Amino acid sequence: MATRRLTRKEQIQQTILYPVDWIEERSGLVGGIKYFLFRKVPGDTNWFQTLGSATLTAFIVQALTGVILAMYYKPDPTIDPRTKLPVAYESMQHITNDLWAGWLVRGMHRWGASVFIILMFMHMGRVFLFGAYKYPRELNWIIGVLLLAMGLGEGFTGYLLPWDQTSYWATVVGVNLNGTAPFLGPFLAQFLNGGTYINSDTLSRFYAIHMLMIPGAIAALIGLHLYLVIRLGVTSPPWSKEAAGTGPLDGHTPNGAVGRSGLSRFRRGK
Amino acid sequence: MTEPHDDHPHVPGPSLWPVGFAIGIVVFLVGLIISWWVAGLGAVIALAFAFLWVRDLTAGTALAHAPDVAPETGGAAADEPAAAAVHDEPEERYPRSKFLELSTLGLGGVIGGIVTAPAVGFMIAPAFLKQGQKDHDIGPLTDYPEGKYLIVTYMADASQGEVSRRTAFVRYNGQLKGQPSFTIISNHCAHLGCPVQANGPLDEKNTKHIGDVTLIPTVSIAGFGCPCHGGQYNTEGNRTAGPPVRALDRYSFSIRNGHLFIGKPFSVSHVDGAGASAVIHKWTFSFPGEHVNGLESWLYPIQPPH
Repeated sequence: MATRRLTRKEQIQQTILYPVDWIEERSGLVGGIKYFLFRKVPGDTNWFQTLGSATLTAFIVQALTGVILAMYYKPDPTIDPRTKLPVAYESMQHITNDLWAGWLVRGMHRWGASVFIILMFMHMGRVFLFGAYKYPRELNWIIGVLLLAMGLGEGFTGYLLPWDQTSYWATVVGVNLNGTAPFLGPFLAQFLNGGTYINSDTLSRFYAIHMLMIPGAIAALIGLHLYLVIRLGVTSPPWSKEAAGTGPLDGHTPNGAVGRSGLSRFRRGK
Repeated sequence: MTEPHDDHPHVPGPSLWPVGFAIGIVVFLVGLIISWWVAGLGAVIALAFAFLWVRDLTAGTALAHAPDVAPETGGAAADEPAAAAVHDEPEERYPRSKFLELSTLGLGGVIGGIVTAPAVGFMIAPAFLKQGQKDHDIGPLTDYPEGKYLIVTYMADASQGEVSRRTAFVRYNGQLKGQPSFTIISNHCAHLGCPVQANGPLDEKNTKHIGDVTLIPTVSIAGFGCPCHGGQYNTEGNRTAGPPVRALDRYSFSIRNGHLFIGKPFSVSHVDGAGASAVIHKWTFSFPGEHVNGLESWLYPIQPPH
């Protein structure tokens, strides 16, 4: 059989597609990414529905800048005998004043924290006003509330890290606020302090909670949150004629394929 | 009847009752601040609308007609071939395979437990064990003039360094039954633990340093005030204004070889009288913001080991 020589365009295409095909054949990941990104959504989705991905972006910015800050920050409350300043405070000043673009990365992390919290609340408000928390998405609302709590926990633990007067006394007040919760409050406060008072272990304790414990939980919960978004589909705005969530769910069985129906109901709605 | 059930699986109809419920809650909360009468009215409104709301929610749902729904769902599931497959008879299984499955899960659980228990214990236990503080020498008795407060700071645990520095207001009250009497008040506000300040001028020129202890004399002070949320206390540490829930904490003390030693802290609900003849109503050391007596103290039945 005579084989036709490939055109230049085809050659380039093959070169690009070869590694993609190689990965797809062995992992199915390319199909998975397509399934994740190229979903059917209602025709009249709205700019307000980008608040969720904006929140996700804010979290990714926090995670990346946080990892970089962790390369220079030292969670050590002892006093440096040379400067008479705590090592943690000194390292924070070093990041801000001495290191190239340190002020920028720390500023992104510091102000980005507020952006993250504000976006979470705006996203929550959108979901509430669009009625997107209703059946079958109640579980995703609950996961979202857990994410909000985790985000506030990040704010609380991160605030101590500069180890200046503001952060120290704000943490004293915050820990004691936890302490006033009925019954288990005093135990919670003592757990947070790592003792009766803020002590030499408290800063590294807050640092570990801030950069390892809660971010891990947030990442896992975001995974669940997105899984449910993909499985259940995107809600139409309340004024939509497509009326998502009010059409019959095909395959609606106790353990049936709600996810498929979540997509197909938009196709049939047209 | 089946169609509306399919259309609105679990979504209740629009209702104004939650609005009334919310108004009731707001009236109740406002009433807690201004008067019990208003609080009662709010509670009645909230309860009435909550009843109406719940009645609306339960009408025409599974809660009201449980028997109607159950067979319907079962029938729908049987029509679906995919779902029917789930109800198929499970494959016959060998006892060995069951045993292996159970032992894998069981062993995995045991290994997980053995690894997790000490790790979680290590995370929690140090916060509760070996608490409390040793008595600390805060200088000779001759440094404490009668009837004047001194601001004393000291390092509670030298191995922890400056982070363990604490502040107390110490006043010598003269002799009581042949023994020296001291008032030692903690600077931790009984609201949320901010550092209360002496209300009055300090004599900072005559500050003394004895090792890690610093003594700052005061000229004359009218009490203590908190910079964070405005709590005010008189010279005995009794709350006079603001949000604190009790008097300022105090420290026990002892005297050895002519030196004053600061001891363990304890909480105080209030103090009657003043100076050496004061009657201190003493309670177990509690975190700031916790009532130590009265109805609200029932919220904090157990204190962790401090």
